[in-house]
Amino acid sequence: MFEAVAFYLFAFLTIAMFFITVTTSQALYALTALAAGMIFISAFFFILGADFLGAIQIIVYTGAVMALYAFGMMFFDTTREVKEKKGNKYIIVGLSTLAAVLIVVIFAAPMVSENIVALYPVIEGVGNTQLVGVILFTKYLIPFEVAAIMLLVAMVAGIVLAGKKMDLSLTLMSAEEIEEIKKEKNKKVLS
Amino acid sequence: METLLYIALFAPLVSSMFSALFTTTPKKTFVGVIASLLIFTSFVSSSLLLALIVVNGSAPVHVEMMTWMATGDLYIPFGFIVDEVSVTMMMVVTLVSTIVHIYSIGYMDHDKGFNRFFAWLSAFVFSMMVLVMSDNYAGLFIGWEGVGLCSWGLIGFWFHKESATWAANEAFIMNRIADLGMLIGIFLVYWNTGTLQYEGAFEAFQTLDTATLTWIGIFLFIGAMGKSAQFPLHTWLADAMEGPTPVSALIHAATMVTAGVYLVIRSNELYSLIPNVGLFIASLGAFVALFAASMALVNRDMKRIIAYSTLSQLGYMFAAAGLGAYWVALFHLMAHAFFKALLFLGAGNVMHAMHDELDPFKMGGLKKVMKWTWIMMTIASLALAGIFPFAGFFSKDTILEAAFAEHHFVIYGVLLFTAGLTAFYSFRLVALIFHGEERYKIFGIHPHEAYRFMLVAMSPLLILAMIAGVLQEPFFHMIEEILSAHEYHIHSHTTLWIMLVGTQVFVALAILYAYKKYANAFIKVPDGTSAIENSFAYKLLYNQYYIPYFYEEYLVKPYKEISDMFWNKVDMKIVDASVDGIAGIIYGTGEKTRAMQSGNLSTMLKWMVVGLVVLLSLAVVFGLAARYSDSITVILSGLGVM
Amino acid sequence: MEIGLNHYLVLSTILFAIGLVGVMKRKNLLLLFFATEILLNSVNIAFAAISHYYGDLTGQMFAFFVIAIAASEVAVGLGLLIVWYKRHGNIDLETMTSMRG
Repeated sequence: MFEAVAFYLFAFLTIAMFFITVTTSQALYALTALAAGMIFISAFFFILGADFLGAIQIIVYTGAVMALYAFGMMFFDTTREVKEKKGNKYIIVGLSTLAAVLIVVIFAAPMVSENIVALYPVIEGVGNTQLVGVILFTKYLIPFEVAAIMLLVAMVAGIVLAGKKMDLSLTLMSAEEIEEIKKEKNKKVLS
Repeated sequence: METLLYIALFAPLVSSMFSALFTTTPKKTFVGVIASLLIFTSFVSSSLLLALIVVNGSAPVHVEMMTWMATGDLYIPFGFIVDEVSVTMMMVVTLVSTIVHIYSIGYMDHDKGFNRFFAWLSAFVFSMMVLVMSDNYAGLFIGWEGVGLCSWGLIGFWFHKESATWAANEAFIMNRIADLGMLIGIFLVYWNTGTLQYEGAFEAFQTLDTATLTWIGIFLFIGAMGKSAQFPLHTWLADAMEGPTPVSALIHAATMVTAGVYLVIRSNELYSLIPNVGLFIASLGAFVALFAASMALVNRDMKRIIAYSTLSQLGYMFAAAGLGAYWVALFHLMAHAFFKALLFLGAGNVMHAMHDELDPFKMGGLKKVMKWTWIMMTIASLALAGIFPFAGFFSKDTILEAAFAEHHFVIYGVLLFTAGLTAFYSFRLVALIFHGEERYKIFGIHPHEAYRFMLVAMSPLLILAMIAGVLQEPFFHMIEEILSAHEYHIHSHTTLWIMLVGTQVFVALAILYAYKKYANAFIKVPDGTSAIENSFAYKLLYNQYYIPYFYEEYLVKPYKEISDMFWNKVDMKIVDASVDGIAGIIYGTGEKTRAMQSGNLSTMLKWMVVGLVVLLSLAVVFGLAARYSDSITVILSGLGVM
Repeated sequence: MEIGLNHYLVLSTILFAIGLVGVMKRKNLLLLFFATEILLNSVNIAFAAISHYYGDLTGQMFAFFVIAIAASEVAVGLGLLIVWYKRHGNIDLETMTSMRG
């Protein structure tokens, strides 16, 4: 009973948060709603007994990714209202709904008679985090290492891309200054 | 022996390829010289082979160069055989080719396509050698098509002349029509005997029933009819005179057109089994002999007259072959090749002298300036007319004797009458060209004799035209090894003498009449006013019995109309339209869907979602179909679909 | 009332649909990134739920790697975004039409 109440509550909250994220015209609202949605999603992980994943969700998403977005937004003009796209919204909504319905049909159809509800403990008496640790460092060791390298590469790339010419701000410079910089750049290429 | 065979066969090919290297360069005399030398090599090899076979009496040379096709039961090698028949043909082909090659060096002197001419001419010799030397029908067919192709290239040699290209195409197309018959004949041979080798096929023929053999004989003979220009496929030969004169001498008199006769002689074991077809061949031959001779009577084109006489002589050959006198046919083929080539080359000299003027009525009196040509053409005409002791007497009289001895008196009568006509039109030509007033003067032409080396090159033909008769006995002894030959003897000597003398007198009278009528001083260039020119018979003959007109009106034009219709209606409106339509649909789709590629990321994402939805729908549909496949089958079978 | 796998899957689908709406609708690249985060998270829920109900940790592992990928995507994506912004002064999708057909 408690599980059902928790599920529906968090389902409602998550959907509401994400709905705000995609509909609001204020970037800051969107960011905040997204961060909240992320935290609510971690609740599902806790309900499902994936404690480690839940913790990661909060740390990585809400802690790191959202912070990254927040910093990123400082570069952009976020106080401005985000312009909504012209065009038919009904197509977008219709397509998404259709896709959702189809996926639900596909999921539900073969399982109508065998809706899995049983909760198997993976191994008795062993915590989720421990299990995840064991599997991650045995069966998934190589993907794990690859993921680590990928993160490293991403970090380097992020720094290089974002950090180039941090001392200059094209938004604050006059057109002549920008031209000068461009010329210098061309000279470098030529030499 | 094998080496000789290969030299004889491939020297012309080498010559052709060598000359072909220079086709785009200006005239180079050494090309002609080297080509002639190579053909001469081939001639020498053929002579040595002949000597080996005749003198040593050795067995026929039979080689298998390599396998050509071997699939399932079908086995066709590139095999070549040199026996008495093919060595005779080889001799004729290489001898005449050598002479014509040398002659062409002079004749084509001022022609831009000098090198190209030799490439084609040598290629023709090679094809002809393949034709006569092959030991199976497939190889013969290769050579057959090869000579057809080379004939096309040589008739249309002056391709800038529309009439030449037209004649070349006519010859080619007519031959293709006949080749279809020949091909069917070859298929029938393979179908019924399981082999295309002469040896195996001839053995198997003995056990086949007459109906099958008759069909094979008829279809093969259709091919021979096309190549040898027998009625009703004869019109191309006269038009083929558009080609250079050496070509006419080599291809359209001495060698290629006799390939049909060669085919019948080669297949003698087939035709001996079906005497009815043989009789038909003989009758057709006799008919063509008369038919062609009649057209030659009034024609006013020097080369066409000789072409008709070729046609007529081919008729003689077929008459002999059809009556079973294969060796006589082959002998006449040989003798005819010599004097007809001589006649054509002489005509070439005259043409050269007269600046390509072909109407003999515009010549006259040329014997003063062209003494040697006059002698040569006169002797060739005598030989053609069958005057003793020239070549034609022996070969043609033997045909008459054969017809008489076989008791086909109608054929005999027709052939005898044709002999008179032959004599008349031959000497009409000689008289018009060389005797009488010098009518060419009013056209401002200054004739001159041909180069000396051309005349020298022609001299072997002159000698052979005179003395080929003495070869009859040795030839008979050689050939009886392979062709079931027997000498034709009229039982009573009195009858024989009466026949011989009678024929000679008849022919001689025809010659004298021709001289009397055409060698006098009153001959004028015909202008269409005289009574004889307006008579029905003259018009009929002059227009070649209206057969070309008939073909043009009732075959070519309707065919063109049907083709036009198919082009406009079927090809343009159905075939092209459907192809264009498919292309148009694809093009239009591309044009319309180009808007999708706006470069806008969110549009692309939208399309991606559309694709996702489509795929999901398909997954649902197929999932449902798989789940309810049983009931779907039941419903469909209830509807009668499955 | 028992909560089964289907509940989670349906929830995941709904979140995914919301993400799709965002992806298609948004013009601002930063907000487009938010929508992709939603997509990734909805899939993560499905992974975790399946892992739970089938008693197999592989699903959680996948979710884990998805998070790792999302993190690196954000890092690189934001870097690119900043470069683009520096060059053009906006992060509007409508301006990125260099691949126009």
